[in-house]
Amino acid sequence: MIRYAEMRLSGSGGQGLGLAGRIIAEAAITEDYNVCQTQSYGPEARGGSSRTDIIISRDEILFPNCRELDLLLAMNQESCSMYSSSVKDGGLIVVDSTFVDQLPAGNVYALALTTEAVSRFGNALMANMLALGMVSSLVSFFKPETWRKAVGVMVPARFYDVNLKAFDLGVEMGGELVKDHAVRKPVAFDRKQPVPECLRRRPKQG
Amino acid sequence: MIPWGETRLVQGNEAIALGALASEVRFFGGYPITPSTEVAEILARKLPEVDGVFIQMEDEIASISSVMGASLAGARAMTATSGPGFSLMQEGLGYGCLAEIPFVLVNVMRAGPSTGLPTQVSQGDVMQARWGTHGDHPVIALCPSSVRECFDMTIRAFNLSEEFRTPVLLLSDEVIGHMRERVTFPRREDVRILDRPIPQTPKEWYEHYHPTPSNVSPMASYGSGYRFHVTGLTHDRQGFPTRRIDEVVEKMARLKNKIVRRLDELIEVKTHNVEKSRVVIFAYGSVYRSALAAQVMLEKKHKKVGVFRPVTLWPFPDREVKELLDEKDVIIVPELNQGQLIHEVERLTSDCVRILPVQRVDGYAITPEQIVQAALEVM
Repeated sequence: MIRYAEMRLSGSGGQGLGLAGRIIAEAAITEDYNVCQTQSYGPEARGGSSRTDIIISRDEILFPNCRELDLLLAMNQESCSMYSSSVKDGGLIVVDSTFVDQLPAGNVYALALTTEAVSRFGNALMANMLALGMVSSLVSFFKPETWRKAVGVMVPARFYDVNLKAFDLGVEMGGELVKDHAVRKPVAFDRKQPVPECLRRRPKQG
Repeated sequence: MIPWGETRLVQGNEAIALGALASEVRFFGGYPITPSTEVAEILARKLPEVDGVFIQMEDEIASISSVMGASLAGARAMTATSGPGFSLMQEGLGYGCLAEIPFVLVNVMRAGPSTGLPTQVSQGDVMQARWGTHGDHPVIALCPSSVRECFDMTIRAFNLSEEFRTPVLLLSDEVIGHMRERVTFPRREDVRILDRPIPQTPKEWYEHYHPTPSNVSPMASYGSGYRFHVTGLTHDRQGFPTRRIDEVVEKMARLKNKIVRRLDELIEVKTHNVEKSRVVIFAYGSVYRSALAAQVMLEKKHKKVGVFRPVTLWPFPDREVKELLDEKDVIIVPELNQGQLIHEVERLTSDCVRILPVQRVDGYAITPEQIVQAALEVM
């Protein structure tokens, strides 16, 4: 269980990041965190670059803005370039590779969320739910049922089913990505550098 | 309608609307303006459900006038605005002070002057809140620092305005107004809602501005059978214009005394480690949160600082500042303006105290790091 985390969801206005941010905040409240959510305000609500910041904490949240991110979701290139330097060491970066082609350094997970949303649901607006599902499977902030419940609270009833479907698909895709990462990680780069199983000396028999 | 006792994710402006509804507001007259629009938006939806009236007027001068009319007719009334709208409302605000009309004016401060940076934060209206309208007049202004406080202070603002028969200002800012936070609402039975003093005299003896020991006159509503006159001219006890010295002096003294003789009920300050520290940060509104974060960061560096926060900005907590801050070495005053309340602090402390400003006017919040940096220069 984490004590404190800063998250930023960024992209273009209209990608539904404000809603995604409020879902995370709602989930945090369900799990009894203190939470503070701010979002960029102004013309970016209709196109242009937009972001929403969420801080969750077991303690009182004093300063309401993010400074060192534990998680960055970047849904376009501009926000990815702008905010990736604010991610702290070991922090997680999730990008929508539909719009982001220059990946930042660090712990990056890339998936063509918008392309996927269009092909599966015929609607680019579902990309935010895919992203949210993906994030939920990559981090261990909240329990899976908390996430799903928060989607139910924040999304209007008539769009609930399709949103939840997109969320679940995001979870699945995120899960596969984690598996891929685990497989691809070369043993030599593992800090502990254990001897591979196949090379390990076995105790003499008899 | 009010989620009494529940825990919710709530926005600052939403909490103001909910606080108003909890105070049984029945009239909102306003003109939407960023960053206060959500207050109007929510009340436009909710007021009809409680048989209240929401009206969007042609501008802010008309808005505040409609609010005063509603209040004189007995409704709890409010408006919400920001920067340029607050300037237009100054005329009505003065009228409300002189005619002693209770209402609540919410100003969610944005960066100015003029249209300025409409979507960004500032604390530039603090002195305007005190002296924006002409003439000597009483002012009560409260300043929230969290979403829960937006709810509580809106109720308090209504209570004070009814109890003191005067307009009350709620000086929020863009950061607090647009922030969403976890809020646990109080239980209904724990919250006190106060009413304006009602006349006990027979109708034919009623004086709308009758002197009382508390200096607050009982107030009848239009349409209740009591007859009275309301004017922006200096008036006698019945409310008719006067130039008689004794009546003018009595009126002006009563306006002043109803506030300054009851400062203990009005003034609220919050202090953190002020007694034990040689260096104190004086901060209010959203900057107070940066100050507290800076205090924690400095503690980790084994530097001890205190934080002093005026919750009531006007009337200014003169006595508290004098008592608690006059003996300090350094007072750091971070403000989202080019120096407004810093002058009040200077006025109340001796020349031996070093006053250190940390100011920001680019529309962004003061970060804890900025305050820490200033503190480390003097520690």
